[in-house]
Amino acid sequence: MAGEVRVAITADADLVDARAEGRAMAERLGFPRPDPTLIATAISEVARNIVVHVGRGEILLRPIQEAHRYGLVVIARDEGAGIRDLEGALREEYSARGGLGLGLSGARRLMDEFEIESSADTGTTVTMKKWRPRDELERLREERRRRE
Amino acid sequence: MSVAILRQGDYLIASIQSDLSDKQVLELREELADLVGKCRARGIVIDVAALDVIDSFVARSLRSIVLTAKLRGAETVIVGIQPDVAIAMVQFRLNLGQLRVALDLDEALALLDRLTRRDVGDGR
Amino acid sequence: MNEDQPSATRRPNPAPEEDDMDNEPDRSAPEAEVEEPTDDRPADHQDDDASSRLQELVAYLRDNRTELREEWARRISEAELLDVMSDEEIFSEATAVYDNYVDALETGSIDALQTYARELSERIIPRGVETHEVLGIVLLLRDVLARSLFARYQEDRELLNRILDAYEPAANRIAVTVGVSFVEERERVIQDQQESLRELSTPVLQLRERLLILPIIGVLDSARARQLTEQLLGAIQDNRARVVVIDITGVATIDGTVANHLVQTVEASRLMGASTILTGLSSEIAQTLVDLGVDLGMMRTVGDLQGGLEEAERLAGYRDAEDDAPGDPER
Repeated sequence: MAGEVRVAITADADLVDARAEGRAMAERLGFPRPDPTLIATAISEVARNIVVHVGRGEILLRPIQEAHRYGLVVIARDEGAGIRDLEGALREEYSARGGLGLGLSGARRLMDEFEIESSADTGTTVTMKKWRPRDELERLREERRRRE
Repeated sequence: MSVAILRQGDYLIASIQSDLSDKQVLELREELADLVGKCRARGIVIDVAALDVIDSFVARSLRSIVLTAKLRGAETVIVGIQPDVAIAMVQFRLNLGQLRVALDLDEALALLDRLTRRDVGDGR
Repeated sequence: MNEDQPSATRRPNPAPEEDDMDNEPDRSAPEAEVEEPTDDRPADHQDDDASSRLQELVAYLRDNRTELREEWARRISEAELLDVMSDEEIFSEATAVYDNYVDALETGSIDALQTYARELSERIIPRGVETHEVLGIVLLLRDVLARSLFARYQEDRELLNRILDAYEPAANRIAVTVGVSFVEERERVIQDQQESLRELSTPVLQLRERLLILPIIGVLDSARARQLTEQLLGAIQDNRARVVVIDITGVATIDGTVANHLVQTVEASRLMGASTILTGLSSEIAQTLVDLGVDLGMMRTVGDLQGGLEEAERLAGYRDAEDDAPGDPER
């Protein structure tokens, strides 16, 4: 798919890459500050969950677009055993000891859309999106570029 | 080197140079805990200006450093949180209520002086 | 190939020695017939015969420059375009446009035209000339010239078609070039204005060293609040501020989202080592904050600006210091 970036997550060093790629894509897509940082932070959380709880997985980053807005979708996938108490994990606030699901609720607060599917059979997939409005000037510029 | 730790009198100044992996964060925690004892430091300044993401793990680690240092008799001040990072942390609801923060190194040292009762020439 | 020509039937070539079923691209006489009609390629890619037709066209347009230009100017005032400009101005610009137009037809190159169109746009946009006017006058010129070509070549349908084949794509490209240049220039101006507006609308002022004040006036919506936060935090960093006073005396109401955003701004400021004092809350806003259950624990609020400034000066160390210095956990 055009513009898609994939980061394999197998070690904690990969988190640095995933954060950097997320930030780079967000900036390229013209997200205003502080959004690139918010996106990178959300990526950090879901990617870390993969490393800590499953050991391997991937982060997919993709530009998305609708009539009046541009966006970025982050898909964090693993084939682990799934999250047993999904609701609890999402509800759980930051805690000192750091339990399962730590950071998921935070990541959700940083992004505009947040979905999570998790089961023992399919593993866990977190899909998060962030949008930015597309203004009139941009639309005109886009059309001109297409014509050329 | 990802973190440079300097000693200034009774204080330790840890300057993070680039984005840290989780492992490096844990190493920093260990090293500071060690040095506080060795140097009998009374204060630590951790400069996070180079971190463009502070997530729950980093926050948790910072808090852990603060608590550990406190147990060994040192106050800790975090400096250099970048504007976007500050916004992210707040929106994320990372609870840092217990951490002391300052804008930059000078402020942090002045704060440490106050905290460790090292003010010069005032009546407080 | 011939389908798009309006109801024309192929007529035998009047010159007896020429065979109109042959493709003879080397004919250079203007009246010679060529089997192949031109396609949409620009003038400079057409065959020699077409290019000589173009030359004839250009020569005709130059010879009749005065009348055609006047006709055009007449149609412009008839259409009530460019009313912000005086007649002399219209005449002078019209002359320049006309000449550039014909040059572009001749050379097939739109570079000079683009440059001219950009300069023209820079001149007329501040005057208030709008896009539909610019497109309008360019299209009128195109019409005026086309009409006169019709009049000139109406005796010879075949030739007229070929002349139009040379003229139309070139004329269309010119219209598009001028229109696009104008719109691009407009976009650039609008963007500059937006930037200036953004910068002006949320000024953060340095009252004293280490003390900033951010007076907010008017409607405070999410977009503005976000921008406010960026500017404030940046100013805290640049000015090494210890205390910030956010004054919302000039704001009548805020909704829940904005209220939360305000609180987040205060918290973010603290993470950067600055204390915040919120002043000038109207009773309505105060009620809103309470009703929304907004956590005001971290925020100092003072009723009026004056009181807020005094408190700020204390906090920043300009008055009798309190024990509660910036950087301590706030309760």
